[in-house]
Amino acid sequence: MWAFIHKLGSPKWFYAISTRLQPWFWGAAAVLILVGSAWGLAFAPADYQQGNSFRIIYVHVPAAFLAQSIFVSMAVAGVIFMVWKIKIADMAAAMMAPLGAAMTFVALFSGAVWGVPTWGTWWMWDARLTSMLILLFLYFGVIALRGAFSSRDSASRAASVLAMVGVINIPIIKYSVDWWYTLHQPATFSVTSRPAMPVEMWAPLLIMVLGFYSFFIAVTLMRTRSEILRREASKRWVRELAGEVS
Amino acid sequence: MAFDSLSAFLAMGGHGVYVWASWGVTGLLLVGVVLHARAERRALLRDLRRRARRAQHHGASDAAATPVSHREGHARES
Repeated sequence: MWAFIHKLGSPKWFYAISTRLQPWFWGAAAVLILVGSAWGLAFAPADYQQGNSFRIIYVHVPAAFLAQSIFVSMAVAGVIFMVWKIKIADMAAAMMAPLGAAMTFVALFSGAVWGVPTWGTWWMWDARLTSMLILLFLYFGVIALRGAFSSRDSASRAASVLAMVGVINIPIIKYSVDWWYTLHQPATFSVTSRPAMPVEMWAPLLIMVLGFYSFFIAVTLMRTRSEILRREASKRWVRELAGEVS
Repeated sequence: MAFDSLSAFLAMGGHGVYVWASWGVTGLLLVGVVLHARAERRALLRDLRRRARRAQHHGASDAAATPVSHREGHARES
């Protein structure tokens, strides 16, 4: 087990393994997102209260899930990098941040647009909305920190620390709807109870969530491979690889 | 199928603007992320190949002697 983790931590091994895994995640992402979109947009029944505006849930909830999961992943990668000095973890964390910021923006934007017909306002300083906005700024902070140091190691450590500290915001986002129930509705999915929606409504949502997660994994694998090429450009195996792949 | 016609599908019962704006922005960002990842990989491979060619011209020792920080900085610019 430890030998496997050590191998995975070596850029060359990670590159080889992720090259093989990557197509599966791209394929899964494409199929799940296409099926989920068609189902959610055209086949799921309209909500009896919200009508068709509820179809925004099929992009809003998966994006919000990813926005939070990516930040937790960055924090975990930060711990792995700081404690065990595994460079791959730092490379992956660096490559995740822009997608996390994009997903946070999607969650905020689709939420604001959804709020107009549903709540009659696109923004309110509700706890959930505010903590998601803070998450967006945390992503910007992590991305900016990486660019702010001339030494890569200092940048990596600063970004890791911010991710590890900023992750405190994630439980706040999660429980904000229970602690300060002002505007945003409570969680759609829960591990302990059945969804309040009928299956024709939540099945496409589940498919979209899985599709977004596959997309995240595929993008992260692909971009981490690029980052390996960037950081290990002087290594012999990278030079040989660049000659083979055209 | 929850809609009778294409126009009903596009109208989304009067909520078309909200639904399509949300889905549109999401779709654009997802496609943008993929295109960016692809362009990034291509640029890196191009840069690595150019560097390999340069190393061949100047002899292999030159490539090995170039400081790592400078080489990485160069890769970032392109």
